[in-house]
Amino acid sequence: METICIVCPIGCRLTITKDTTSPDGYLVSGNQCKRGERYGILEMTNPTRVITSTVKINKAHLKRLPVKTNGAIPKDMNFKCMELINSLEIEAPIKVGQVIIKNILDTGIDLVASRSMD
Amino acid sequence: MDYDIVIIGGGPAGLAAAVEAKKSRVDNILIIERDRELGGILQQCIHNGFGLHEFKEELTGPEYAERFIDQVKELQIEYKLDTMVLNISEDKIISAVNSEDGLINIKAKSIILSMGCRERTRGAINIPGTRPSGIFTAGTAQRYINMEGYMVGKKIFILGSGDIGLIMARRLTLEGAQVMGVAELLPYSGGLTRNITQCLHDYNIPLLLSHTIIRIDGRDRIQGIELSEVDENRRPIPGTEKYYECDTLLLSVGLIPENELSKSANLKLDNITGGPIVNESMETSREGIFACGNVVHVHDLVDYVSEEGRRAGKNAAKYVLEGFSNSERTIQTKSGKGIRYIVPQQIRLENLDNSITLFMRSDDVYSDLIINVKLGQEVIKRIKKRTLTPGEMERVNIDINLLKGTARETLVVEIEKEGQ
Repeated sequence: METICIVCPIGCRLTITKDTTSPDGYLVSGNQCKRGERYGILEMTNPTRVITSTVKINKAHLKRLPVKTNGAIPKDMNFKCMELINSLEIEAPIKVGQVIIKNILDTGIDLVASRSMD
Repeated sequence: MDYDIVIIGGGPAGLAAAVEAKKSRVDNILIIERDRELGGILQQCIHNGFGLHEFKEELTGPEYAERFIDQVKELQIEYKLDTMVLNISEDKIISAVNSEDGLINIKAKSIILSMGCRERTRGAINIPGTRPSGIFTAGTAQRYINMEGYMVGKKIFILGSGDIGLIMARRLTLEGAQVMGVAELLPYSGGLTRNITQCLHDYNIPLLLSHTIIRIDGRDRIQGIELSEVDENRRPIPGTEKYYECDTLLLSVGLIPENELSKSANLKLDNITGGPIVNESMETSREGIFACGNVVHVHDLVDYVSEEGRRAGKNAAKYVLEGFSNSERTIQTKSGKGIRYIVPQQIRLENLDNSITLFMRSDDVYSDLIINVKLGQEVIKRIKKRTLTPGEMERVNIDINLLKGTARETLVVEIEKEGQ
């Protein structure tokens, strides 16, 4: 399979082939770094993405607080994750990095604030 | 009011410039920002992918901004919010207005321009049809959704495949809207390839290259658009029209450096970039007025905006504290075959430390190419590249020793196809 690596803005063209001799079961080429190799293998086995969105915030100068998952979660959970994020309502003050939901959808990943808001 | 350095615009370029100027031991600095808070457009760019060069980690826009804002506060750099600069005179008097101070005149020893850019609108590209509501620039929609908390529509069509359009296609899909497609006039996308993968392919959103909108339909609210394929001259091909129903149209059709203030100070502008002509120190055609970031030329990575901001901040401080050695010899940079523009446009060797980084864009998509850097007719550097696209800015670093000891005064960068 051919795909574009999304790890960084360089956007390497990866070629991923099945390879039973390698420990991961796949061989990645076209990548310029280790992270690209890991991304290529994950794309074949368990594709994951970081989700960024906003939650409703009260008592702040803006109506929405930007949030992100502090790691990638399985791609097929994107919309379930969004449903949960959209059901939240929080209050200022918030500090950047503050955990909004611990272990979101049992992924081991937390939903955290992307900025501070007084 | 008197300041050593006044920075106009508190986005990533201005923040980096302010921090660097202060670290270079100029104390009397003021940042003027027209919005209600510092950070600029980063505050609405809630997606991740910022900071890989600057912080060696992947941050969202607000996180990236906050790191610089924290430094500005820590260094106790003064700033004025909700303040609009109206005019800059040639002798560096800034007229600004806000609701607290009224009209104020500020005298600056040095000015750093970091006003950023703004989006091209429907008017700039002349789409025929009615004038209903529901047509937004992608960045306006981004601000409504991510900061103000308003959803812009349910059935969306996007014209233009710049990064903001691609990012918004994903954002709207995640928020429950249906994105019918992204159309691009050119045969290639103007956005980063990784954004096509993670924003369009991930959500099965079609990318229609060599297509444009030939009519907007709807009386009060937009009801649909008529799309047509275009030929190599970007002219619609009769018989290829297709109608798409939608209640919202987003335009991601390019950014223009915002240079009304530069014009008020009579700065020389570059016709291609739309920004001020600058030298190696990011100084404009007027001594002591510097410029950095998207006001000079549109960047695709904020990390490079910060880098340019630091260059401007450091040199504005140098100008205030010791001044520049004004050279007899200035090298002009010039776009050769395949290159659309180069920044900086002028290089004064005695103001360089060890090397100079040239920022440039190609005029088309190239693969298996060589970038040739020539001083006069002599090739001083050759760089092999697999691909080069207009959507991805290229940086070429040139060692100062390659530029020394010659009287030739034009530095040309051109593209050569491999094997030619």
